[in-house]
Amino acid sequence: MKLHQLSIFSENKPGHVVEPCRLLAREGIDIRALSLADTQRFGILRMIVSDWQKAKALLETSGAVVKVTEVLAVEVPDRPGGLADVLGVLEGSGINIEYMYAFPFVRGEKAVLIFRFDKPDAAVTHLAQHGVNVLGEGILDTVAG
Amino acid sequence: MNIATLTENRMAAFQPPSAPDYLPPAILRELQFSRLKAILTRAWDCVPLFRARLRERNLAPSHLASLEDIAELPFTTKTDLRDTYPFGLFASPMQDIVRLHASSGTTGKPIVVAYTQRDVDVWTSVMVRCFSACGLHQGDIVQNAYGYGLFTGGLGAHYGAEGLGATVIPISGGNTDRQIMIMKDFGVTAICCTPSYFLHLAERALQLGVNLRDLPLRAGIFGAEPWTDSLRRRLEDLAGIQAFDIYGLSEVIGPGVAIECPYHNGLHIFEDHFYPEVVDPESGQSLPEGEEGELVLTTLSKEAMPMIRYRTRDITALIPGPCPCGRSLRRMRRIARRTDDMLIVRGVNIFPSQVEAALLTIEGTMPHYQILLTRQHGLDQMEVQVEVTAETFSDRIGAMEELNQKIADALEHVLGIRVEVLLVEPHTIQRSEGKARRVIDRRSES
Repeated sequence: MKLHQLSIFSENKPGHVVEPCRLLAREGIDIRALSLADTQRFGILRMIVSDWQKAKALLETSGAVVKVTEVLAVEVPDRPGGLADVLGVLEGSGINIEYMYAFPFVRGEKAVLIFRFDKPDAAVTHLAQHGVNVLGEGILDTVAG
Repeated sequence: MNIATLTENRMAAFQPPSAPDYLPPAILRELQFSRLKAILTRAWDCVPLFRARLRERNLAPSHLASLEDIAELPFTTKTDLRDTYPFGLFASPMQDIVRLHASSGTTGKPIVVAYTQRDVDVWTSVMVRCFSACGLHQGDIVQNAYGYGLFTGGLGAHYGAEGLGATVIPISGGNTDRQIMIMKDFGVTAICCTPSYFLHLAERALQLGVNLRDLPLRAGIFGAEPWTDSLRRRLEDLAGIQAFDIYGLSEVIGPGVAIECPYHNGLHIFEDHFYPEVVDPESGQSLPEGEEGELVLTTLSKEAMPMIRYRTRDITALIPGPCPCGRSLRRMRRIARRTDDMLIVRGVNIFPSQVEAALLTIEGTMPHYQILLTRQHGLDQMEVQVEVTAETFSDRIGAMEELNQKIADALEHVLGIRVEVLLVEPHTIQRSEGKARRVIDRRSES
């Protein structure tokens, strides 16, 4: 149920994000979801890609330091209050969200969000118990339509 | 027969090349004194600058009554070498000189050093003794990654390893991927290079999927730049080797002035050829054993270019007492800094080695750093750029900010002033194949 997210460190300078993206593009790897967290002095580029192992190897050979983190793709009803409901489920669970960002493909009436939890395994169980749908790697085959 | 010939004969009676390492101290002192008198006479006879300097002080070689009198002789400095560029300090005519080396002159002219055949032989013999002290012998395969050329490192280590009877791979510096391939394919057992280059090589090997710990490599002979004990542990751990610090300088002979033994508690100085003193860098006063100051060396046997009380600018102390290895050669503490490395930032004295030591206190950090000095609104700004590593990198912004903070705290603790820390992408700080360039000073530009 968990996805592998790749993160790479990036200096906050022009052109520093485009290089890894180009590298993956050349090798036919799709970036399915992406978030760039930045501070004044550096940034962290996080990605969900079509083939994370190959992407990791490519990025590492290019000299980047790649961190693999387990994240969850969580289905959220695409209506006002949808996200609030999902977050409500987590309240009081002792599971914290480190960060989250949108997965840019919508499945019918549902939106998909990527969550980085401090306890991903506990989160999978907890969300399932409360009827929240956590998507598996199949989500990566979703094609933008 | 005079004392000099007598002691030389006594020396020759010892067989193994490392035998002079174990001379009884009394004989060693006697040998040093006779050689000192001879070298001073040679300097007086053949080098106008030395004669003039001695005359200024109403001194002559015949005034030398004991080894301790050396403290009355005038110093020689790097400036003297520059002022007499290129050949002004040579004591041999060119027909007796078989080799010239030169330093990389970062400012202006380089300095030039000369060797007679006998000087080359002495140099080889001290390098053989260095390699022996590191436990190398015939059958070892030595990858010599010091630069070959005008720099003394390459040829010095080359002749020494050959003289030992080891197999030398004269690969010189650079082309790291090929270095790793050859190290692996040829079953290299020892490597000679700068510590910063070896760190780069070990990291690159990991990237290429080569674990140096699995290779036959067992010794690293690292020198030509100051480094710390923490870096030694890091290198030993990374590569599964024993790391030996080697010391030398072109002005005196090149590498091979001093070497660590397997006890790694200071470097044994080949005192039968290089007489060490430690002086106060400000006053020039001799300091007793154990006290830290500037190392001053006098060459006791160099023919082509004798050096009388040469100011090395390297900061060390002579270590009192004998070493458990049994060598009677005195030891000096490893050099972690040089008087001319010192940066003055906002009135505070800072040595790059302090930055290295601070970085190594943080788990997972590698000492790949660069110091950038600028001046803003008339005030010195120091920025330390540190590479992010696989161990220190996190996908959480908070964790990276904590790391930044931790490094800034560690630096403040060691340096005494707050400096800016900039985390940079891995492998972006330029790797040097020789001596690492740690400091970029742009203060005069602003």
